[in-house]
Amino acid sequence: MGMTMTEKILARCAGLDKVVPGQLIKCRVDLVLANDITGPPAIVEFDKIGRPVFDRHKIALVPDHFTPNKDIKSAEQAKALRDFAKKHAITNYWEVGRMGIEHVLLPEEGLIAPGELIIGADSHTCTYGALGAFASGVGHTDAGAAMATGDTWFKVPSAIKVELTGKPSRWVTGKDVILTLIGMIGVEGARYQALEFTGPGVAALSMTDRFTIANMAVEAGAKNGIFPVDGATEAYLADKVKRPFTPVAADPDAEYAQTVAIDLGSLAPVVAMPHLPENVKPATELAHIAIDQAVIGSCTNGRLDDLAQAASVLAGRKIHPDVRAIVIPGSQQIYAEAMARGYIATFIRAGAVVSTPTCGPCLGGYMGILAAGERAVSTTNRNFRGRMGHVDSEVYLASPAVAAASAVTGHISDPREVMK
Amino acid sequence: MILEGNVWRYGDNVDTDVIIPARYLNTADPQALAAHCMEDIDPTFAGKVKPGDIIVAGRNFGCGSSREHAPLAIKTSGVTCVIADGFARIFYRNGINIGLPLVELGAAVAEIKNGDRIRVDLGVGSIENLASGKKFAIQPLPGFIQDIAKAGGLINYVKGEKA
Repeated sequence: MGMTMTEKILARCAGLDKVVPGQLIKCRVDLVLANDITGPPAIVEFDKIGRPVFDRHKIALVPDHFTPNKDIKSAEQAKALRDFAKKHAITNYWEVGRMGIEHVLLPEEGLIAPGELIIGADSHTCTYGALGAFASGVGHTDAGAAMATGDTWFKVPSAIKVELTGKPSRWVTGKDVILTLIGMIGVEGARYQALEFTGPGVAALSMTDRFTIANMAVEAGAKNGIFPVDGATEAYLADKVKRPFTPVAADPDAEYAQTVAIDLGSLAPVVAMPHLPENVKPATELAHIAIDQAVIGSCTNGRLDDLAQAASVLAGRKIHPDVRAIVIPGSQQIYAEAMARGYIATFIRAGAVVSTPTCGPCLGGYMGILAAGERAVSTTNRNFRGRMGHVDSEVYLASPAVAAASAVTGHISDPREVMK
Repeated sequence: MILEGNVWRYGDNVDTDVIIPARYLNTADPQALAAHCMEDIDPTFAGKVKPGDIIVAGRNFGCGSSREHAPLAIKTSGVTCVIADGFARIFYRNGINIGLPLVELGAAVAEIKNGDRIRVDLGVGSIENLASGKKFAIQPLPGFIQDIAKAGGLINYVKGEKA
């Protein structure tokens, strides 16, 4: 019996020839990530162990959740991260102004390569599966222990094969693919499992689409989401990863717990309604939902293609007078490129605000917090109760095109109607 | 280990945002987190929870963020055990790592109501509802995870290993 992509990476990192679902293994990690919320308590746990860092080049610390610091307490947290990075000469630390949202930044900085094993004290660490890596979110104790030992433990997951065929039509994006999948299998549909994306449809998805899809694997309960390595992956990595790496491919006789087939050509722009990402409906059916805020950005949809998509909807149009639109580029590099291409000017002319890279509103951290009774359409990844502010506010998840179209009309809108 | 306490009963998909909302994550101090535990699903919880109380919930408990602040807030609030139809993966892992016992009871959680008094025997592997007299068997934890629990959590377990 062959192995899945996930099993192959786990076996290599565990120093084993073969692993099977359910097996408990100890793995060597290629990178450990923490941010300004999870990093400080990870450091406390790390210090209890009393060893030096396992490898100062294999730890990434990104201040992105409450930075630029929203208050004195968050300033103390960011300082704890900064001081630790200096003390241990951590090479992968980026200060505010030179940083980005962690899951946008790390691939951009060339820290993720196919076949590698990454753990991060952030649930959306699974984003890196877009590059053919095994990447999984953990808590701060796991991160702190791994910073000292370079090891972590896993239960080998069984896998769901997501067989993609066809080609998405214009205005159908990676966000629509993953929301449709979560709508099909539910928020615990892949609990304790790997989501392995495969099939001829993969070639029709941009790297941006793949990052968005892998990012939300955790919203289906998955341990990781992973894509095969193809020409598009290699082109993305070409100017980023200089070190040697070994891509893996699933064996033809690998065993999957379940196969889910999706014809990309049959998909439409969709929206996940409050308060779970599985409450998915076509955008066209939600035109009666008036919105107060649109958020375009985050680790899910803050990449250059995402901003290009939003800009093409907003070019020559105005944000509805009753809507606040907030655009958040995923990194400084993306911000600069969006400026060079005129997207930022388009956003500002349309009446949006453009922010420095931050997780801010996605988790109700700061900026764009909702009052009681308010509704937002957002390109972020979660719409749990109270996620973006007051417990009686609502978040509708959608692609940048849907969010931009909705910002123009003032209600949830299919971009195909706005772009007629 | 035998735990006995009164039940706080919740439904499916209790997520980490309602267990401890992000607006309080500018600290990792366990007492400060416990003061807001479950706030967005049950504003009465933090003020009324008693040491020894037990949370019983439906499917996918702890879905969402990796924030370990969530199990930490529950543990610090005095809750000795969480029983659910099922747990989200990262939450389950985090519970083990900080030494908060988590028990998967499957659909039998429906037999336990808010305010019931229950006795959980983690050694024998049983739960008794003292209100209804019903008894349920629970799966013992895998050996590797028992080792972490015996060590008092992941950090002590790691400290006990040879570098």
